[in-house]
Amino acid sequence: MTHLAVHLQGVHKRYPHFALEDVSLEVPTGTILGFIGANGAGKSTTLRILMGLVSHDRGHVEMLGHPIPDGAIAAKTQVGFVSEDMKLFPGATLDWHMRFVAKVFGGWDAGYAAELVRRFDLRADQKIKGLSHGQRVKAALLLALARRPRLLILDEPTTGLDPVARHEVLGALTAAVQDEERTVLFSSQNTLDVEQIADRIAFIDRGRIVDADDKERYLERWRRLRLTLPDAAGQTTLPSAVAVTATGRIATLVTDRHSDELLAACRATGATVQSVDRMTLEEIFVASVMARREEVAA
Amino acid sequence: MHSGFVLAKADPRPIYLQIIEQVHQRIALGDWTAGHPLPSIRELSAELRVSVITVKRAYFELERDGVITTRQGKGSEVVDAPDLVTRLLDSQLTPAIETLAHLAVQMDLTIDTLHDRLAEAIRRAKEQE
Repeated sequence: MTHLAVHLQGVHKRYPHFALEDVSLEVPTGTILGFIGANGAGKSTTLRILMGLVSHDRGHVEMLGHPIPDGAIAAKTQVGFVSEDMKLFPGATLDWHMRFVAKVFGGWDAGYAAELVRRFDLRADQKIKGLSHGQRVKAALLLALARRPRLLILDEPTTGLDPVARHEVLGALTAAVQDEERTVLFSSQNTLDVEQIADRIAFIDRGRIVDADDKERYLERWRRLRLTLPDAAGQTTLPSAVAVTATGRIATLVTDRHSDELLAACRATGATVQSVDRMTLEEIFVASVMARREEVAA
Repeated sequence: MHSGFVLAKADPRPIYLQIIEQVHQRIALGDWTAGHPLPSIRELSAELRVSVITVKRAYFELERDGVITTRQGKGSEVVDAPDLVTRLLDSQLTPAIETLAHLAVQMDLTIDTLHDRLAEAIRRAKEQE
């Protein structure tokens, strides 16, 4: 068994108005990786390169041990891919699609498919053209999940779903990695979903991976410190951080390298640490992207 | 095995701490005694729809604190230690006393005043039991 279900190393891809630069990504077998980034950051391009739908200019790509794009066909028999732009046949029913997928791919689990139809609140005899956006997303996910693929690659799987459907989809994804041999890679702008189910986080911004870590360790690294300064703002030089804002004698410092040493360094300036707050992934996302935009603007 | 654990999204504490607290509660109430098996990490992760790593973190800390023990291939179970329940309750008492001490300093209360108020609070608590 390959230790890494997905391995990208130094991948470049240049478009007229956008470039992926030196993208490296590792997804260990048996884990769920949440791939986050703002609109246009390069999430979908990265996933398409992985699926062999877009060719990269430079770098090494491997999926389930097969080199991509050369081994894409062999790898894809074991991969379930769902993205926004995937089209089902409007005139055919969900049941027709299920029988079609069962015939084309091995590993179709009819019992699980029936369970998902019920859980996702779908009707097998309904034609695709009569489905809402959310129902189509659920139908596409069902067709991928019921194949029980070794690797699920999902581009924004929960976008446009109602809260109940999201709950069921997240349940299906955590259930998918139960046997430790299956792997999930999903991109999302919904930081709550990533925070809840991902084992690892990879964060892409402007075509570059800016951070990748085990989720718990990632969240542990980030803190918001609230300080009171000995003098009015501008007089005290605080330790460097992702973001520092100060008005009057009150300062806020956001760090991605939280440690006792940092607290000691803050105190050494004469500042009092009022609180050390954990941050949600949403807050980290915003702080991190904003800090980089200010860096670019400066 | 259905754990019956409930996670609260509105709870500002991280999920792993919520899991730890619910294990503590079941032991403190006597629902889980020595040797009681815990759900496997993967089972609990799927049931609660949270990442494997979050559950692992909770189990790791429970093991480090001597609350559960994990044997390779056998899963985790509540440790066999006669003082476990006392230890768990005591771990709640310490921060409560710290808070009490800080308030007492701020309000400049004497030990006697504190003693009287605590005795009164204990009397009320016993009535409710």
